[in-house]
Amino acid sequence: MRVRNGISILLGLMLAMAGMAAASAQQTIKVAYTDPLSGPFAQVGDANLKQMQYIIDFINAKGGALGKKFELVPFDNKSQPSDALIALKSATDQNMPFIMQCSGSNIAAALIDGVNKHNDRNPDNRIIYLNCGAVAPELTNEQCSFWHFRFDLHAAMKAEVMVRALPKDTTKVYLINQDYLFGQSVQRELKTYLTKLRPDVQIVGDELIPLGKIKDFSPYITKIKASGAQALMTGNWGPDMNLLIKAGIDAGADLRYYTFYAHLAGGPTAIGAGGENRVLSVMPFSENVSVETGNKEAEAFTKGFRDKHKFDFTSAGFRTIFEYLQAAVNKAGALDATKIAYALEGMSIRDFLGFETTMRKADHQLIGEYFVGTFKKGVKYDAEGTGLGWATTATILAKDIDQPNSCKMKRP
Amino acid sequence: MEVFVVSLLNGLVYGMLLFMLASGLTLIFSMMGVLNFAHASVYMLGAYFAYTISLYVGFWPALILAPLLCGLIGAAIEMWGLRRVHRHGHVAELLLTFGLALIIEKVVQMTWGLLPVPYRIPELLDFPLFRVYGTQFPAYRAFMLLISALMFGAIWLGLRRTRVGLVIQAALTHPEMASALGHNVPRIFTLVFAAGTALAGLAGVIGGNYQVTEPAMAFTMGPIVFVVVVFGGLGSLTGCFIASIFMGLIQTFAVVFDVSLADLLAQFGIAVTASTPFAEVLNVTLPRIGALLPFLLMVLILVFRPRGLMGTRDT
Repeated sequence: MRVRNGISILLGLMLAMAGMAAASAQQTIKVAYTDPLSGPFAQVGDANLKQMQYIIDFINAKGGALGKKFELVPFDNKSQPSDALIALKSATDQNMPFIMQCSGSNIAAALIDGVNKHNDRNPDNRIIYLNCGAVAPELTNEQCSFWHFRFDLHAAMKAEVMVRALPKDTTKVYLINQDYLFGQSVQRELKTYLTKLRPDVQIVGDELIPLGKIKDFSPYITKIKASGAQALMTGNWGPDMNLLIKAGIDAGADLRYYTFYAHLAGGPTAIGAGGENRVLSVMPFSENVSVETGNKEAEAFTKGFRDKHKFDFTSAGFRTIFEYLQAAVNKAGALDATKIAYALEGMSIRDFLGFETTMRKADHQLIGEYFVGTFKKGVKYDAEGTGLGWATTATILAKDIDQPNSCKMKRP
Repeated sequence: MEVFVVSLLNGLVYGMLLFMLASGLTLIFSMMGVLNFAHASVYMLGAYFAYTISLYVGFWPALILAPLLCGLIGAAIEMWGLRRVHRHGHVAELLLTFGLALIIEKVVQMTWGLLPVPYRIPELLDFPLFRVYGTQFPAYRAFMLLISALMFGAIWLGLRRTRVGLVIQAALTHPEMASALGHNVPRIFTLVFAAGTALAGLAGVIGGNYQVTEPAMAFTMGPIVFVVVVFGGLGSLTGCFIASIFMGLIQTFAVVFDVSLADLLAQFGIAVTASTPFAEVLNVTLPRIGALLPFLLMVLILVFRPRGLMGTRDT
């Protein structure tokens, strides 16, 4: 009897909570956000969450969309696709129109599949998947979906940006990448674009390393030096990147490091002053861009985050995502995923840094400007209190990275 | 030649760092039979303590204070943790240290945050000591070699030439007899555990700025240290030393030799093409699996010589 009482109380509570959730759903536009918020990669999700919150507050202050405010609802996925699918289920149960995810292409692939199935079965409760950083090219090519919108350049485009930023006098490069899906695709794409755009460049070494297993990169540096390389190109992230660059600086190797992720949380701290003028990173945003272009409004926006938080505003580019959402929801005129998705595709927006961007209709891939930053002294906004920060070396415009796609989009 | 000399030096430095970590673990493991999962976590604590202490009083006091703190933590773990669960057998002890490892990681994340902390090498040692064929050899690496060599000497002398060392060795092999002769064996256990964790702390102090001080550093360093202990053999400091240097060199040199099994077969006149069975596996080059070689060696030694290189009894 007591057990049954307990169950009925629990049921009652759940009903009440569901009722509350339904009531508040009327007032805000909910965006489910799922990324690792615990475990070894928690720093990524945690930093993203705080930056998005700041951006959302800003967008809401500008009126939100359809008179409603955006609200971010975090779900921890512990870097597991299965947990991301549980987050998707909770989001659809609460009628949320958007789910957002930034790290891990394997998780993104599971989410695309899950969203496709859900939207087929529940035409009156559909959801849009906003991809803010899972960069496997397949996701907008073979695997492309009408419900998936990617707001970051994919790995092949980033590789092209990196190759385009390679100075003319660099003719010998060495590739080091992590031995798994992402690292291998970076390796493949870098080679493709080096052959295509820079036939004068010779690849003197090409190596895959086991993911997260190497504690001392000095032997690799010895090998790289012996090969006579002038530049090292790498898609490594986390300790694999930090330790690699650290070992190179310690050995005094005369190298430039072209990276994908040196600007992200933890990178500048690990690299330190020794990386001055040596480390470059391919990035969607840097706090010094607005200073360099004299864009006062954008600078005030990013400075506001610095004043509030202790860490860098590396992902201010997420603002573009919410500006797209704001415009698309207003254009659709209703919180209807199908209408919003149709409004999003092909949409063009001038982003807050003043560059033209387009959400490509054919594959739902955002095409926008990208920057290559050099780690050096004397910039206005330094990174992680190191005294050094990212100065823009090259700005690659949207038209230069408009790569073809093989997507066969099915529209409802 | 150039590559050989530089790799040799790098292998030695890495091997000596491994030894600093493994020596404490092998002492604890051989004496108490406890596979201390929290050992690498104490290594991480050592690095974080040193970072915090060096913010206030500089690196040199931290070099002494941080290991002492770690030793105290070790003593506390032994007295209030391990001793209590000891009578429930080794599984309970194993689980206790495993739980501690998880707790320490979480506490570190909550105290110092999820990002790496800027723990840098002291300015006094921040210069290239000499150049070998154009590659700088940082003074700090020489300092690491020096510290670990001193440590090896001190432990060896302490165990072989002092009265305490004698009692420890006796308690190591015949705990009941040592106890019957009036020695306080539990206190010796505490002492050894504290000393072992202090060594791990010391390794953390000098390893934390050589590598990167971040919450994942315990997790990445843990497995390889176990390999060294098992490979070197139980109860043998010399075995542990040899195993550490060996692992350091193996990982360093594996990177340099770009060979695969296919190249080896080619020596015997067998050409590997895409149609050969297992061509994928045969074509994997040594650098790609270099970091996994120690684990392969551990499996081999467990199969063919379970007591390890210089062990006195079976694992």
